[in-house]
Amino acid sequence: MTGWLKRAYVLAILLLLLAPLLVVTGVSINGPQTMRFPPVEPSLRWYGALFEDSAWLVPLGHSLLIAACASALSVAIALPLALFAWERNGIAARLLTGVGLAPFTLPPVISALGFMVFWMTVGGYGQIWATIVSHAVFLVTLPLVTISLGLKGIDRAFLEAARVMGAGRWTVMRTVIGPLLLPFIVSGYAFAFVLSLNEYIIAYMVAGFTVETIPIKIFNALRYGYTPILGVVSVLFVALAALVFGLIGRFGDLPRLMGAERSRRE
Amino acid sequence: MSADTDQRATPGWIGLWPALMLVVFFLVPFGIMLAVSVSQRDPAGAFIPGFELTHYARFLTAFFAKVMGVSVGVSLAAAAICVVLAFPFTVFLSSMSHRIQTLALVVLLSVLSLSEVIVGFSLSTLLSKTAGISNLFYWLGLIDAPVAYTPSLFALITGLCYIGFPFAVLVLYPPVSRLDPEIIEAARVMGASGPRAFFGVVVPNLRSAIVGAFILVFVFTLGSYLLPQLLGRSEDWTLSVHITDQAIYQSNLPFAAAMSIFLMLVALALVGLASLAGRQRGAA
Repeated sequence: MTGWLKRAYVLAILLLLLAPLLVVTGVSINGPQTMRFPPVEPSLRWYGALFEDSAWLVPLGHSLLIAACASALSVAIALPLALFAWERNGIAARLLTGVGLAPFTLPPVISALGFMVFWMTVGGYGQIWATIVSHAVFLVTLPLVTISLGLKGIDRAFLEAARVMGAGRWTVMRTVIGPLLLPFIVSGYAFAFVLSLNEYIIAYMVAGFTVETIPIKIFNALRYGYTPILGVVSVLFVALAALVFGLIGRFGDLPRLMGAERSRRE
Repeated sequence: MSADTDQRATPGWIGLWPALMLVVFFLVPFGIMLAVSVSQRDPAGAFIPGFELTHYARFLTAFFAKVMGVSVGVSLAAAAICVVLAFPFTVFLSSMSHRIQTLALVVLLSVLSLSEVIVGFSLSTLLSKTAGISNLFYWLGLIDAPVAYTPSLFALITGLCYIGFPFAVLVLYPPVSRLDPEIIEAARVMGASGPRAFFGVVVPNLRSAIVGAFILVFVFTLGSYLLPQLLGRSEDWTLSVHITDQAIYQSNLPFAAAMSIFLMLVALALVGLASLAGRQRGAA
């Protein structure tokens, strides 16, 4: 197939993926409270309305708090796990890695129900920290994958050199492994953050009736009919995800992070 | 301390903390769920500890057979469409420049990370009567009046494809990008046309990767919970929806847990199958 035909196919699919998001952006700038495309009397007034409406600001606060704490805890679990499994090949390392990869591979409703009965049993059902811990464990797969990838790329010769020069374990960790790993830790955190923000089913089943997050709020609002604020929130979430992944792509090597081995920066 | 442990950059106890967290907050919940699935239903909302297999026996009812039929049917359809579209996409993309690959990955990751509720809302807007694509068809003179395409089975499968497609590309991306471009080059030099090289060399070389991706996308769409409610009719509800419905609205936690265990076993078996398919690639 010729080059331009391939490019046209890739471009067409990307445009199809963007189409619903463009329509939502369009309806979010409707002046009156209607769902029209192309928009009628375009205005940004619903964007202002969002930031004055506590019915939306409270869930937004919950979502940001949960995402920030859950992804930090997620990294705090994934980092030692990745370091442990890095130099060990025993059954313990393999089992731990397997369990770390499991939550994200299974349909999320399973983990959600598991968390729900767990918090009902031990107490904590309906509490925001229960959602935070649940998200942290559910999303641990993401920093685990990025950090393990970073560790795979570390040249053992550096560690050897540092040790020969008399550096102890802690010094090697702080001065060699840490700096090399930092970009992978940051991307792991960012992936977990974006996914926690958008996660619905676990947040809903662990504390949905008391701690409303943005996805839960959108779903509840949809039942009461349409308001352009729904479009506004969706646009902001899409923009945030694009910003985070754009930054990783700008400062990191996204194709390599996604598993490509040959693609190189030209 | 032996010389061997000295060589390692991290002490062994570093694994204790993640192990503790995962056991307490991931394996213990599964244990509790298993216990709940054989306990007695408490109509007040929770469950009464006990041992009965009545909830598993309900798998033999017509209700459950219908739910399974719908779930498997829509997910199979979506997974097939996703892989058919995603495979050439990934092959073409991986031969493009680093810059274009990064851009495409940003779009795919952004779509993939979007909440299902936002995807469902966006697609129901796109398929709606007032703001939707039918207005474009009407304007072009293809139809007599704008219509709503949602809720319907078509809308649901479109939604599942929308979330499944980026996932399929990301699963296919590593094996596709590892494929040696020289074997395609060789085929072309030997006189194979573009499509011939694609179907005769690229596809067979990545057959097990394709099978693996198909299974993983199937499991992924099987987990979709909001799209069946936002885009489908109530007869299109899948197992994931019914699990939540039983747990929260029907106050039948044990039945929900039993269905959840069932779904988990199906998913684990399929993921195992997919990783087997992936491993075969190395041997072939």
